Amino acid sequence: MGIEGVGARVARKEDKRFITGAGRYVDDMVVPGMKHAVFVRSPHAHAQIKKIDVKAAQAMPGVIGVLTGKELKADGIGNLICGWMIHSKDGSPMKMGAWSPLAVDKVRYVGDAIVVVVAETKGQARDAAEAVEITYKELKAVVDATKALEKGAPQVHDEAENNLIFDWEIGDAKTTDAAIKAAAHVTRMKIVNNRLVPNAMEPRAALGHYDKAEDHYTCWTTSQNPHVARLVMSAFYNVAPENKLRVIAPDVGGGFGSKIYIYPEEIVCLWASKKTGVPVKWVADRTESFLTDAHGRDHVSTVEMAFDKNNRITGFKVDTIANLGAYMSLFSSCVPTYLYATLLSGQYDIPAIHANVRTVYTNTAPVDAYRGAGRPEATYLLERTMEAAARELGVSPADLRRKNFITTFPHQTPVIMNYDAGDYAASLDAAMKTADYAGFAKRKAAAAKQGRLRGIGMSCYIEACGIAPSAAVGSLGAGVGLWESAEVRVNAVGTIEVLTGSHSHGQGHETTFAQLVNQRFGVPIDSVSIVHGDTDKVQMGMGTYGSRSGAVGMSAISKALDKVEAKAKKIAAHLLEADEGDIVIENGEVKVAGTDKSLPWFQVALAAYTAHNLPAGMEPGLKETAFYDPANFTFPAGCYICEVEIDPETGTTEIVQFVAADDFGNIINPMIVEGQVHGGIAQGVGQALLEGAHYDDSGQLLTASYMDYTMPRAGDLPSFKVSTSNTPCPSNPLGIKGCGEAGAIGSPPAVINAITDAIGITDIAMPASPSTVWAAIRAAK
Amino acid sequence: MSDVSLLVNGKRVGGAVEDRTLLVHFLRENLGLTGTHVGCDTSQCGACVVHVDGKAVKACTMLAVQTSGSTVVTIEGLADGADLHPIQAAFKEHHGLQCGFCTPGMIMTATDMINRHPEGLDEATVRAELEGNICRCTGYHNIVKAILAASKTMAKGAAKGKAKQAA
Repeated sequence: MGIEGVGARVARKEDKRFITGAGRYVDDMVVPGMKHAVFVRSPHAHAQIKKIDVKAAQAMPGVIGVLTGKELKADGIGNLICGWMIHSKDGSPMKMGAWSPLAVDKVRYVGDAIVVVVAETKGQARDAAEAVEITYKELKAVVDATKALEKGAPQVHDEAENNLIFDWEIGDAKTTDAAIKAAAHVTRMKIVNNRLVPNAMEPRAALGHYDKAEDHYTCWTTSQNPHVARLVMSAFYNVAPENKLRVIAPDVGGGFGSKIYIYPEEIVCLWASKKTGVPVKWVADRTESFLTDAHGRDHVSTVEMAFDKNNRITGFKVDTIANLGAYMSLFSSCVPTYLYATLLSGQYDIPAIHANVRTVYTNTAPVDAYRGAGRPEATYLLERTMEAAARELGVSPADLRRKNFITTFPHQTPVIMNYDAGDYAASLDAAMKTADYAGFAKRKAAAAKQGRLRGIGMSCYIEACGIAPSAAVGSLGAGVGLWESAEVRVNAVGTIEVLTGSHSHGQGHETTFAQLVNQRFGVPIDSVSIVHGDTDKVQMGMGTYGSRSGAVGMSAISKALDKVEAKAKKIAAHLLEADEGDIVIENGEVKVAGTDKSLPWFQVALAAYTAHNLPAGMEPGLKETAFYDPANFTFPAGCYICEVEIDPETGTTEIVQFVAADDFGNIINPMIVEGQVHGGIAQGVGQALLEGAHYDDSGQLLTASYMDYTMPRAGDLPSFKVSTSNTPCPSNPLGIKGCGEAGAIGSPPAVINAITDAIGITDIAMPASPSTVWAAIRAAK
Repeated sequence: MSDVSLLVNGKRVGGAVEDRTLLVHFLRENLGLTGTHVGCDTSQCGACVVHVDGKAVKACTMLAVQTSGSTVVTIEGLADGADLHPIQAAFKEHHGLQCGFCTPGMIMTATDMINRHPEGLDEATVRAELEGNICRCTGYHNIVKAILAASKTMAKGAAKGKAKQAA
């Protein structure tokens, strides 16, 4: 490892622009002639649109255009789609209802976009939006997924009878039922995974610019995957053919999944730009974000875990109802299925698993992937159930887990996944040591003397990252392949540009990807530029989500570097009159091994471009492209321990220590990896203690601002104790597993296990707010 | 419309603004100082914190007209030319930022916090005083670390400055 190579704690290259206020986010973009859009949104959760009158709005000062869904449809703009087909267990395809970017006949959730107003200033657009008159016939709404399945419930889409989108299963019901029947002990629970709002700090935004002379569109958008946005807007929404549509995702202020999807607003801004003849910018305000960003989680499950007389798990049965909201968002169908139920084996050797999942329409915001996406839900079920089982069986939670760990690899689970490497005991041991688990009883007793309730909880999580082998996901219904692309351009002076289909919105790719290049050629990272987020610069890519940019994105770069290295060595061998096999590239020098013959790196690059003296038949230039399609998922895993102290008089929970021991395989930059874990834990602790999206029965979102939805703040959290162990991933060339979501996956059950331990109860609802905890303490007395 | 005139990052600026224009919109749209961000509608997130007459203020809670005659410093005006302010440097060194969106507000809040605590800071104080700034990426761990480190660096700098003056 050099000072800038793989494994080094290099400070981030991209930081300078962010700490000096020079970052460039979509809202910072100004295009000559640009005007401002405001959307008129439904105030009702469920209603027919009887009449839209835009006359008064059109006459307001500064108004350029007031456009409706009827006009959008007339111009052939398509409906939004879900890009992952799931079939019910009876073989029928999922029942997808129509989602028009601007609603025409009916609105299905509060925030559903109906009309767009374009005006000189945002203030004028807002004023005019208030002058749009819409007559509604209100319908009864349903917000709870279980109630939506009941006979007579309000029908959200005609296509989905009883609001059931699909009824899907995985695993073997018969063997699982048999295992439960024959069990020495069965732990049964009903578990709710609360609905969350992702809350990237930068609200979503879009700037659409139609260039009439060129018949060409440009879209600046807050996207985690600009190429997917271009593909979908071109192929499905008929905005423009791909060659006439450029999508740019500049600096993006956090995503956490919510910026994967293509939303109505970017489609409408592009269309409205052509319609009005001016560039159109829309920026969400925070309440708009709460109402319309895809939400996360919202599962209700019942579980049964069977044990034999030696406390070994013999079966795990799960029945889940997942709320998908009013429309099927782009990847909504894969989250509660293949990203969820395939992880229900956890770190444990479980011979029989069966899961049934019903997904349901309700009059709430669409639900899709949010940091972890399905894996937090699976982990929460497993780790809450393991904790409950340990208490029922009267054994230590650590011992019960350890007894059931998978210890040999590869390991085929009964739910598709084939784990390639791991050492779960190593993470458990590391976490218990750091947490001084053995000393807990003493600390609990000391707290009790102060009148405080102290509890400890653990969680051993596994996740599947590096999504994903394209053929595998294709066979499971995905509409896209999940490879990644890279192009490495060595300039004539030896500096390097890496073009990647990954997109950095906080992950620090401009630094870590450059470290990979430094490791290979010894070129200083300052001489390596990472280019991303622009479909005119990078040909194609699948973007950043599912902790895939290290395992998949960097593997693509590594493959392109292989090709560059091979060509550079050929050139050097020719120039140095040596055998190609003897050439080594180190510290910016190209050398003949075992001799003092060498060339500086830039001279090899220069030779490639002057082309005065290249091996016979070689093309000039030093630039290579690679597409990397992963061979398998990757399987990061780890153990989290949370220790809490509760004030029984107020119900306030203090996290007194939080320990994370993760196995992410090989690591490029430990400082950045730790940062990812910190942020993930904060989101997981947020879910467990503070956050929850609440709709009232009429479908109004009660938590639609930071005054109502409790975001974790600095004072709610401790400093975290994080460490890593390493079983390199054998499935990709870099041995990387991915680290972006682990924190959010592993932490909620650890926190709730600690709280239930402190109070001496079986379950408590998330978020375990002071009032919930206080009530639970009273009820337990 | 009203006329305003104020000093922003050492420069005299002014002009006619709509009465309803917030300071944050004046900075971003009239002056092109887009480092000050808007992250919410309710003065909760702190992405828009700037200094008005030496005090940290959420630029979404003030009208532009209220700042006429004031001195405003934004994130763009914090560094001394090419030299980063010690707090900016600390955020970089300690990885106190990820997506960068909350960062300008965090740094402006931190500067004010350190200035108000010449006696030095501890973790509990830093966490309590960050109440008005939300970050979704970092879990605050490294932000707290950066502020504590900057507080020490600046205390040393101040001590050196005093020693120099005394000499």
